[in-house]
Amino acid sequence: MGMTVSEKILARASGRDKVQPGEIVKAEVDLAMMPDLTTILSFKAMKEMGVDRVWDNEKVVIFLDHVAPASSLQAATVHRDIRKLVSEQGLKYFYDVNSGVCHQVLSERGHVTPGMLVVGADSHTCTHGAMGAFATGVGSTDMGAVLATGRLWFRVPETIRVEVEGSLQHNVQPKDIILKIIGLIGADGATYKAVEFSGETIRKMNISGRMTLCNMAIEMGGKTGIVEADDETANFLSNRCKTNINPIRSDLNAQYEKVLRLDVSELEPQVACPHKVDNVKTVSEVAGVKVDQVFIGSCTNGRYEDLEVTAKILRNKQVHPGVRLVIVPASKEVYLKALKNGIIETLLQAGALVSNPSCGACFGGHIGILAAGEIGLTTSNRNFKGRQGSPEAEVYLSSPATAAASAITGVITDPREV
Amino acid sequence: MRIKGRAWKFGDDVNTDLIIPGKYLELTDPIEMAKHAMEGLSPIFAARVKPGDIVVGGRNFGCGSSREHAPLALKYSGVGAVLAESHARIFYRNAINIGFPALECPGIAKSVEDGDELEVDLKEGIVRILDKDIWLKFIPLPEFMIRILDSGGLTAFLRFNMKEWLEK
Repeated sequence: MGMTVSEKILARASGRDKVQPGEIVKAEVDLAMMPDLTTILSFKAMKEMGVDRVWDNEKVVIFLDHVAPASSLQAATVHRDIRKLVSEQGLKYFYDVNSGVCHQVLSERGHVTPGMLVVGADSHTCTHGAMGAFATGVGSTDMGAVLATGRLWFRVPETIRVEVEGSLQHNVQPKDIILKIIGLIGADGATYKAVEFSGETIRKMNISGRMTLCNMAIEMGGKTGIVEADDETANFLSNRCKTNINPIRSDLNAQYEKVLRLDVSELEPQVACPHKVDNVKTVSEVAGVKVDQVFIGSCTNGRYEDLEVTAKILRNKQVHPGVRLVIVPASKEVYLKALKNGIIETLLQAGALVSNPSCGACFGGHIGILAAGEIGLTTSNRNFKGRQGSPEAEVYLSSPATAAASAITGVITDPREV
Repeated sequence: MRIKGRAWKFGDDVNTDLIIPGKYLELTDPIEMAKHAMEGLSPIFAARVKPGDIVVGGRNFGCGSSREHAPLALKYSGVGAVLAESHARIFYRNAINIGFPALECPGIAKSVEDGDELEVDLKEGIVRILDKDIWLKFIPLPEFMIRILDSGGLTAFLRFNMKEWLEK
């Protein structure tokens, strides 16, 4: 019996020829990533384990991104303490508040390459499966063990393979595919499993779209999302990292727990409705719902391609007077490219607010918090009650195209109509 | 090890934002986190929960973010264990890693009502609903996780077993 790409990566990292789903293995981690809000707890755990220095100062990457720049005294203190830690530990890679959202910057700067085992103290670390890596989110104590020793125990996950075929209609996007899949699999349908995205549609999809898919694997409970690396991955990484790309693919006779086949040629834009990510409906079922705020950004959909489609829809149009359109480019690179190509200008002319790169708007930290009774439409990944401010607010999730179209009309709108 | 207390019952998909909202993630002291435990679901929980009380959930308890603040807030509020039909992966690992029993107990959601007196025997793998004379078995933890839990969490486990951990 062959192995899936996830099994191959875990086998390699644990020094084994073969692993099977359900086995617990101790594996060597290739990269450990931490954002600001979980870093202090992770280092505290490392020190309490009796270890003073990280196992490898070139394999740890730290970001100040969730509250960037600091919006409270408490956050400022956390940031101050992290900067001190980075310097004391001699960490080679540190991205301060001017850099962007951890997952976006980690991929842009070529930190993740195919076949790596990546852990991050953030649940959306699964995003990096888009590079053909096995990437998963862990808590601070697990991260403490990694910082102390470079290793961690993993249960080898079963794999669900999702095969996507067909070409998407105009203004139907990768976000619509993943929302559709989450609606089918459910919020806990992939708990502890790897979700492998494959098929002709994925092969033709750019890295930005693949990152959107893998990013939301956690919203079905998944341990990781993963796309086998190919020429697209190699092209993306060619100017970003020096290492040779060594793509690992699933064997043809690999065993999957389940194979889900999806033809997306007729797929309608999808919307996840309050307050669960798997409460997914077609845009026509919720069209007309009035929105107070539209947020376009996050590690799910804050990339250049997302801002580009937003600007295309908003060009020579105005944001509805009853709507606040908050746009947060996911990184400095995204922001600069959008600035150079006139996208930021188009967005500002249309009435949008463009913030510095940060995670704040997605998790209700800062930037555009919703008041009681308000309705938000967002391109991020979670619509949990209270996620973006008041528990009395309602949050809908959609693609950037749907979000942009809705910002113009003031109600949830099918982007194929604009 | 036995845990005895009142059940605080919640539903399916209790996510980490409900257990402790994002605005408190700047906190680094677990005692401060505990003051906001379950704030998204119950305004009285943090003030009224007593040592040994047991949180009971449905499916997918702890889904969402990787914030260890979630099990920390529950543990430091005095909660002795979380029993659920199923747990989300990261919450489950985090809980065991901080020495806080997160147990998967099929049938618990329909058998327990809010306020029931429960007794959990970790060693025997049994939950007793004291007033109703109902016994339920929970899914035993893998041996490796029991050792972590017995040590009081992964931190203490590694402090005393570093050599074994570093072996191939």
